Amino acid sequence: MMNNRVNKIAAAVLALSVSSVWAEEATSPAKTSGEQEAMPGMDHGAMDHGSMPGMKQGSRSGTTQGSGKAGDMSNMNHGDGGMDSGSMSMQGGSAPPDARDPQAYSGGYDFGPIPRPRMGDVDKFGSLLIDRLESVRTRDNSSTVYDLQARFGRDYDRAVLKAEGDVASGKLQDARTELLWGHAVATFWDTQLGVRYDSGVGPGRGWLAFGIQGLAPYWFNVDATAYAGEQGRSAFRFAAEYELLLTQKLILQPRVEANFYGKRDAAHALGSGLSDLAAGVRLRYEIRREFAPYIGVERAAKFGGTADYARAAGEDTKVTRFVAGVRFWY
Amino acid sequence: MKPHSRSRLILPDLPRRQFLQGLAAGGVMLGLGPLITPAWAREADGTAIGTAKVLTGTEFDLTIAETPINFTGTPRMATSINGSIPAPTLRWREGDTVTLRVTNRLAEDTSIHWHGILLPFQMDGVPGISFKGIPPGETFTYRFKVVQTGTYWYHSHSGMQEQTGMYGAIIIDPADADPIRADRDYVVQLSDWTDEDPVRVFDKLKMQSDYYNFNQPTAVDFFRDVANEGFSAAISKRKMWNQMRMNPTDLADISAYTYTYLMNGTTPAGNWTGLFRPGEKVRLRFINGAAMTFFDVRIPGLKMTVIQADGQNIEPVTVDEIRIGVAETYDVLVTPGDEAYTIFAQSMDRTGFSRGTLAPRAGMTAAVPAPDKPEPLTMGDMMGDMGGGAAMDHAGMESMDHGSMAGMAGMNHGGMAMDHGAHAMGGGMAMGGPVRVRHAKSEYGPSTDMRVDTPRTNLDDPGIGLRNNGRRVLTYADLHTIGGPIDPRGPEREIELHLTGNMERYTWSLDGLEFGKSTPVHFRYGERLRVILVNDTMMTHPMHMHGMWSELESPDGRFQVRKHVINVQPAQRVTSLVTADALGRWAWHCHLFLHMHAGMFREIVVA
Repeated sequence: MMNNRVNKIAAAVLALSVSSVWAEEATSPAKTSGEQEAMPGMDHGAMDHGSMPGMKQGSRSGTTQGSGKAGDMSNMNHGDGGMDSGSMSMQGGSAPPDARDPQAYSGGYDFGPIPRPRMGDVDKFGSLLIDRLESVRTRDNSSTVYDLQARFGRDYDRAVLKAEGDVASGKLQDARTELLWGHAVATFWDTQLGVRYDSGVGPGRGWLAFGIQGLAPYWFNVDATAYAGEQGRSAFRFAAEYELLLTQKLILQPRVEANFYGKRDAAHALGSGLSDLAAGVRLRYEIRREFAPYIGVERAAKFGGTADYARAAGEDTKVTRFVAGVRFWY
Repeated sequence: MKPHSRSRLILPDLPRRQFLQGLAAGGVMLGLGPLITPAWAREADGTAIGTAKVLTGTEFDLTIAETPINFTGTPRMATSINGSIPAPTLRWREGDTVTLRVTNRLAEDTSIHWHGILLPFQMDGVPGISFKGIPPGETFTYRFKVVQTGTYWYHSHSGMQEQTGMYGAIIIDPADADPIRADRDYVVQLSDWTDEDPVRVFDKLKMQSDYYNFNQPTAVDFFRDVANEGFSAAISKRKMWNQMRMNPTDLADISAYTYTYLMNGTTPAGNWTGLFRPGEKVRLRFINGAAMTFFDVRIPGLKMTVIQADGQNIEPVTVDEIRIGVAETYDVLVTPGDEAYTIFAQSMDRTGFSRGTLAPRAGMTAAVPAPDKPEPLTMGDMMGDMGGGAAMDHAGMESMDHGSMAGMAGMNHGGMAMDHGAHAMGGGMAMGGPVRVRHAKSEYGPSTDMRVDTPRTNLDDPGIGLRNNGRRVLTYADLHTIGGPIDPRGPEREIELHLTGNMERYTWSLDGLEFGKSTPVHFRYGERLRVILVNDTMMTHPMHMHGMWSELESPDGRFQVRKHVINVQPAQRVTSLVTADALGRWAWHCHLFLHMHAGMFREIVVA
């Protein structure tokens, strides 16, 4: 999901674990009741006491309007850590036993003889996001990388095509192509079930894929998929992206990706365990929402048996890549 | 909380925004014959320019067709009625039986819904609910007796036609003398126009629901807050939003990035003007005919006396500003002096405005205010009574121990003039304690992004962006229909519906079920019902029930006002009484066009 762009700086700070402030406060004795937990950053400036039922209308202007900054309680900050429980109950979870049956109001009545209106919720939508189409330069190499995701279907069930690969010296090196059924299981999460095919240098590899894709708290885009291949092969891929708005159109996007393999695959120069990890940042400018050129830098490393293969082939196990490309969608 | 200000670094947008204030001569430049003379160019009885043609009588012929228009410099096709935008104003008389022949000259089905009008359901004009729609080339004849008075409007209920221009005003004169006397009478119909294909707009929102929001909190804002308020305050201001993956600047789905806001089909640059003689009493019939835009309307220099809401006369209340939800109507009286006044209607997200002028002589203008700064949503808009902000539950505060009170060093009790007596009011609030909300089972799945367990019930909150702005802003608590409720009975039964959505997926629903998964709501013929609407989203939804009045109740259960559209603010619970006196099948939906289209829609069966 690529449509998150709320200010993510707070989360970035969290990610950098500068979080001792609330880590301490979460256990502070000041937190004694649910009511307090629910009031971090309580905005008394906006508090409208006139709105209390039973109070006279006339009191409105006197008590609230014009009080201005005086009511700003930004110093009041006693319940930060406890907020989690409060907010969690507002999202997701499972229905309590006494939850209403939303169909109960029909009283057995169905729609009438006229074909009922067809709304957008039953329409199918298609989209294509080229998240990365970039030229990659390392100290002694250059290649072109593509990473796209296409979707077609309804809101809660759709076909998803994911493809990622790189082309060097006019040849497809490594390519991963997945065709998945995406099914919404929670507010921000889809499960994805389907197949993956690896092509490029070396023999092709087919896999069954099962994963999740969605938006973690603090606006991390997460894509985690486990794969089962022929001859007992297994793999796991994790990718996370984040969007930090520097301005409304200038966006810094950190990105990490890691791959694990269950067993050695000499034909692909892969060892077992963590095989590679890449972390980078891309800075893009959205000329339009749909079209954004970017530049970036990425640090990639190979580990374990995979690193051994690289060393044996005379390659570096750690490289810094400079990238320039374009992100676009339709 | 400090309002988020737009970063200076997006200046490249501004020229475009200004341009989108429109062409001075924009709009319905037809030149396609005398029948469809540009409405804006005609001097209607020498008093106004830009007012749609008024059709009176009992027989009306309306033709739906594609019409070229140009609001922004880019020619586009609009869907028009009798070639004008807005459509002709229909003037009916209470007690008459009107006949309206609607001919479809489009390549697709069409329909007209008479918004707020009480009539037999087959005449209500909702395809798939009350009739089959009007196929291309065919004429459908609506005929019904007019049993009410006041200001209403009409619009298409088919496809994207409402967004592309199919809306017009209805004025129903009382059979006897109008108790409201005015020297001038103007319809002021507000709307929003996009050069984009509305289908494409919907697709874009599905792909990226904040596509049109260029007011998002940025890293620059964060560092400014750190500098001004300190690090932990800046963090706590964002923590919950980021944790919940919600956006405090999610004020409107579609902004001036694509919209041009119109007044009587005229761009701000075109400056629709209503003329008056100094000292005259002028009646303005505000109609929000926009697809997706809430407007905050004011006339700097003039007090507005609100005399009608949704067509129903109310006890007059004088205010500086009115938030007019999509599909609502408000009639006001103003008495201007010998100068020009700007009618200023800024969009709720403050990205743009629609504007016109009241002037004693043609060509006069007054200063046009700058739009206010957009205000981020508060905790109260997310959590209701629990969240503080606009609707803090003082009963809850009583349980705070003094240790934590000491943490409130920054709280200036004097400045807030907070009445501690109010803390004791807990028991008297909301009919004796916290309101019990019953979520539907279907609200626990992927279709909803939040649930409010402790909604606020206050009706005197003007809503986000209008709190504490120094102006007297109309709220629902100010509205009292003259004559009280239609039906003296109390409710026999309650129906609770939750307004739900998932902003990330851009899905909208009721009780977590989009229309396609819903079943009709059954009202027993003749019963008196309490309808409870709880808003489990962060947006205000103008809920429109066809065919029957909704009689809004105050938080303590007293009759407040009769309406056809009820705005339900974020994290708010609003109740109304309905008498199920209209047999048949009716639509009930959010009047934000794309919310309805996405599935925030139900059928009602009265049987």
